[in-house]
Amino acid sequence: MEGSLAFWMYRLDSWAWLLFETANMAALATLAGAGAALLLAFPAARNLGAGRVLNPLARRLLEAMRTVPEIVFALIFVWAFGVGPLAGILAIAVHTAGACGKLFAESIENTGLGAWAGVRSAGGSWTQACRFAILPQVAPSLLSYALLRFEINLRSASVIGFVGAGGIGEELYKVIAFNYYEEISAILLLVILAVFAIDLLSERLRHRVIGGMQ
Amino acid sequence: MGLRQVAALEQDVAAWMGARGMLELRGLTRRFGATVAVDHVDLDVPAGQMVGIIGRSGAGKSTLLRMINRLETPSSGQILSGGRDVTALEGRGLREWRRDCAMVFQQFNLVQRLDVLTNVLIGRLAWQRGWRSLMVLVGARFTAEERAMALAALDRFGLAETALQRAETLSGGQQQRVALCRALLQQPRLVLADEPIASLDPRNAQLVMDALRDVNRRDGLTVLVNLHHLDTARQYCDRIVAMQAGKVVFDGTPAALTPERVRAVYGITEQEFAAEAEARRRAAEPAPATLAVA
Repeated sequence: MEGSLAFWMYRLDSWAWLLFETANMAALATLAGAGAALLLAFPAARNLGAGRVLNPLARRLLEAMRTVPEIVFALIFVWAFGVGPLAGILAIAVHTAGACGKLFAESIENTGLGAWAGVRSAGGSWTQACRFAILPQVAPSLLSYALLRFEINLRSASVIGFVGAGGIGEELYKVIAFNYYEEISAILLLVILAVFAIDLLSERLRHRVIGGMQ
Repeated sequence: MGLRQVAALEQDVAAWMGARGMLELRGLTRRFGATVAVDHVDLDVPAGQMVGIIGRSGAGKSTLLRMINRLETPSSGQILSGGRDVTALEGRGLREWRRDCAMVFQQFNLVQRLDVLTNVLIGRLAWQRGWRSLMVLVGARFTAEERAMALAALDRFGLAETALQRAETLSGGQQQRVALCRALLQQPRLVLADEPIASLDPRNAQLVMDALRDVNRRDGLTVLVNLHHLDTARQYCDRIVAMQAGKVVFDGTPAALTPERVRAVYGITEQEFAAEAEARRRAAEPAPATLAVA
């Protein structure tokens, strides 16, 4: 019946599947991007003395990764790997690495260096000092940034489908192109609900991790 | 073991220590811009000695110790240990030297969010080789022997039951003893303690000084300790080195450091010296720990 919830959400099954695919893209991209950001943030932080070559190199690399818009990366990757989720995941991961890397590096720069001196004075290498003196101190804020990025990436993953990079974006692009307003609003509502769900989940995850370290 | 073997072993040990002692400083200097923090310090420290380095704030005591551990790079001069030039070390050699001369800091420098046991195990980092070092780096997986060593060290200073607590939950005195455990796990030959009791109340200060002396007497480790209080230095150390404006102005036994000598060296009486040290301690006392919710 026209006007009913069932009419509005008549393609819920396929949308839910596409949304699930989008969420998976966002999750994978966040994981890969945050992982790369973590590795680059230590040399990029100014206070750890990574060296005159490595420090600017890491900083410039992070800048390059976050300056180029995701959609441009997506177009390049669609051209390189073909139409599908892989291109979208890679594009979002690269941008995430750049954006998170800067925030991670700033977290590291805001950490006191007492523990760092402790580990270094005990004969610990630079890498060991990053792992033992810095990482435990910054882990909660790094996790917060990564989870926030997960929400942002869900939105990005919805849009990035516009260029053929998989997920619910392709469907959204289609209904916008055909001016199917009910469908547009239905899909947007589903995306917003998915972001709510991620927000609730990430809150629980964050508290568990922070509490678990005690 | 035959007599001849013992003699050979003694010879080896003597060679290892070097003919001229555990630690030798030759014209050691550190400049920060126009100021000279440490000014041509010459010092010979034989193995097993407990040396107290005293001086008012800004006398260069901290810079001196940090240079020995190479946390600070000397502007000129040499640090020798067993005839080996420490000033020239880098990479693996430098890390092994740092492992051999453990450092204890005024602010403890523990990793606040890590548990006490892992903090102590940080003393083992420089011992990791090959794939073991990867295991430690990725999963903080130290061997059972190392964990047992850490627990034994904690137990020695009455801290075994705190092993699984976060370092930030401990009092200052406890944290400093954890830092000493970390130092011991390095299996060092030398312990450099930079104002170890300057942020502690008198009772905890005594516990930490007792622990340092125990390490010196029982484990035979050479100890260099920076101190503010002349009384503490006299009570615990075999030898006192007094610094003023980066220079060594007195070097001798505690008995030789008479009140007249203090006055001659510092231009103030011993009471004034003690009052100054106490004021600094109060200023350095950490604020009560607050629980940060991220």
